[in-house]
Amino acid sequence: MPSNDKQRTSGEPMLVVRDLAVKVDDKQILRGLDLTVNPGEVHAIMGPNGSGKSTLAQVLAGREAFTVTGGEVRYQGHDLLALAPEERAREGVFLAFQYPVEIPGVSNVYLLKAAVNAVRRHRGEQELDAMEFLSLIREKMKLLDMNDQLLFRSVNEGFSGGEKKRNEILQMALLEPALAILDETDSGLDIDALQVVSKGINALRSPERAMVLVTHYQRLLDYVVPDFVHVLAHGRIVKSGGKELALELEARGYGWIEQETARETAQAAK
Amino acid sequence: MMAAVALASQTAPDPVAADFTRIASALPGANVAWLAKLRRQALERFVERGLPTTREEAWKYTNISALAKRPYTLGTKSDVTPVVDVAPFTFADLGAHLVVFVDGRFSPALSRIGALQAGCTLASVADVLAREPERLEAAFATRTGHTIFSDLNAAFARDGLYLHLAAGVTLGEPVHALFVTTRDDVVAHPRNVIVAEAGARAFVIEHHVSAGAASYFTNAVTQIDIGTKASIGHCKLQQEGARAFHIAGVHIAQRRSSRFESQSIALGAALSRADIATAFDDEGCEASLAGLYLVGGRQHVDHHTLVDHAKPNGTSRALYKGVLDDGARGVFNGKIIVRPDAQKTDAHLANHNLLLSKSAEIDTKPELTIDADDVKCSHGATVGQLDETALFYLRSRAIDPATARALLTYAFAHDVVERVPLAPLRTALERTLLARLPQAERLRDIA
Repeated sequence: MPSNDKQRTSGEPMLVVRDLAVKVDDKQILRGLDLTVNPGEVHAIMGPNGSGKSTLAQVLAGREAFTVTGGEVRYQGHDLLALAPEERAREGVFLAFQYPVEIPGVSNVYLLKAAVNAVRRHRGEQELDAMEFLSLIREKMKLLDMNDQLLFRSVNEGFSGGEKKRNEILQMALLEPALAILDETDSGLDIDALQVVSKGINALRSPERAMVLVTHYQRLLDYVVPDFVHVLAHGRIVKSGGKELALELEARGYGWIEQETARETAQAAK
Repeated sequence: MMAAVALASQTAPDPVAADFTRIASALPGANVAWLAKLRRQALERFVERGLPTTREEAWKYTNISALAKRPYTLGTKSDVTPVVDVAPFTFADLGAHLVVFVDGRFSPALSRIGALQAGCTLASVADVLAREPERLEAAFATRTGHTIFSDLNAAFARDGLYLHLAAGVTLGEPVHALFVTTRDDVVAHPRNVIVAEAGARAFVIEHHVSAGAASYFTNAVTQIDIGTKASIGHCKLQQEGARAFHIAGVHIAQRRSSRFESQSIALGAALSRADIATAFDDEGCEASLAGLYLVGGRQHVDHHTLVDHAKPNGTSRALYKGVLDDGARGVFNGKIIVRPDAQKTDAHLANHNLLLSKSAEIDTKPELTIDADDVKCSHGATVGQLDETALFYLRSRAIDPATARALLTYAFAHDVVERVPLAPLRTALERTLLARLPQAERLRDIA
């Protein structure tokens, strides 16, 4: 069974999280979390509700409402926590939101173009004009079976659950991140939408790109097969394994992990 | 003849009376008996009450004492109309009948009134007073919902928009009534009269602007009478100059099954106040009141709305939104009255405010008075900052914080602008709104 510490070490890791502790509203959510992700790898973070999965995803993207109280995060060798959310995005970190935000009056195509051009400016590349952008986006939309009309509607306003999630993956496809974090992207999707979204995610897998999938259920992992599965409980990663761990969790629930963790903790104490 | 009207200290408003005596005989329609009497009575009421103080409930949060300190000049008859370029204030592709008033007076040279179908009269109030004053008697005599400023207007009013639609007439093009003030210390009392007989329909834009940076006072009254099954849309755009005072009353009487749709957009003036009041005089009326105020600096903006459900089966919706930056101050007072007879009333009122700075302030007060038992009424008011999650969402898409804030502010305000039914006007308003936001250049293609 592969484990985190046996991961290949050639080149620089994409992401190294060490002993990360995070508070939200004075409540300790993450308590010493460790995670290493290399380019090309897909990691699934699973765990019961309230274990801190979404907190981890949002802290990595720079949510300011969350306070880091300890530990560090290195992204491509640099201190990720020192960067503002927009700087992280420009450096190639992408978070697909569990609940994408609706922005009335701002067209989807405007936001997408503004995002792509902000990243291009940062990279010292020429900004795309309207025509160039439209041809780029139409190509990406094919991948996600998206209706053209969604481009000209307000951002996420009146989108179905599936359309919102597709729109998130569309943004990812356009921004071409080095590290993509997908927060409960499977939630609220029917089986058809799940397949489309998964197809989109799989198409974006590449040896240069790393992905962290945060999910409560194993369902998504039937379609996007991870290289590693981690169980997050009580603010720490308590178990890591390969894709078969997800199946075990699906069959047995999370209770046995908690018991096992308690046993290990007790043994360590002896 | 120049007439300086010192707008009265609160204790001794007599100078106004003196000015009235001096200029009354030169006002349009001075020889019309009912009008002369009405003007005198209005003046007497004004002199007796004086300008309101913050001790009065309706003026509690809006202090107009600065207004009383300035000497204002009523626009003059003999003066040559200043040369004004009105092009920047018009809307491309709107195809509207443009009716321009400069410093309170109708300007035929700047106006562009197209061909009108039979049964439609579009003219200046001064013209109507000169030729057929009786057309205005009913509208001038109405005082429902009026304030002390309406009395001041009634005493001194000399011009404004007159629109009359005979039964069943639909005015194909909108009317754009443009009030431009050009000079310091001008006081203008525009008096607009809109009458839609049964089944008639029209859309009127009441647009107040300033050419230059003058300090002046606009005191407008718009009287709208909507006949049975008639429908009037009224978009009030207040884009007065930064040193201007703007006080306006829009008073609507609605007959059976009539419809009134209002948008009030307030962007300008140092101090502005708009009272928009509609009364359902018969069954089955509908009113939709939307408003947006977007102010910064030291601007003060006040909206008072009133929907008087006097008769059964009426429906009203009011949505006002405010964006206040810097040290700006906003006031919103929205009233719904449901009288004992007004069963099956369906009324809703909401006011939402976005405070962009710590020193910005809003006083909001929705008021419901319900004296009928079978009604559906609700109201709500919120005051808040930009949504932190939405800001994070945009920043996580590589958008810089200033642009993200501008986008969300626009999204908040857009809710009201999208209710403007005419696309060319809506597009122009969207552009105006964007130009007011930081990062305007980047936001160009937003919609």
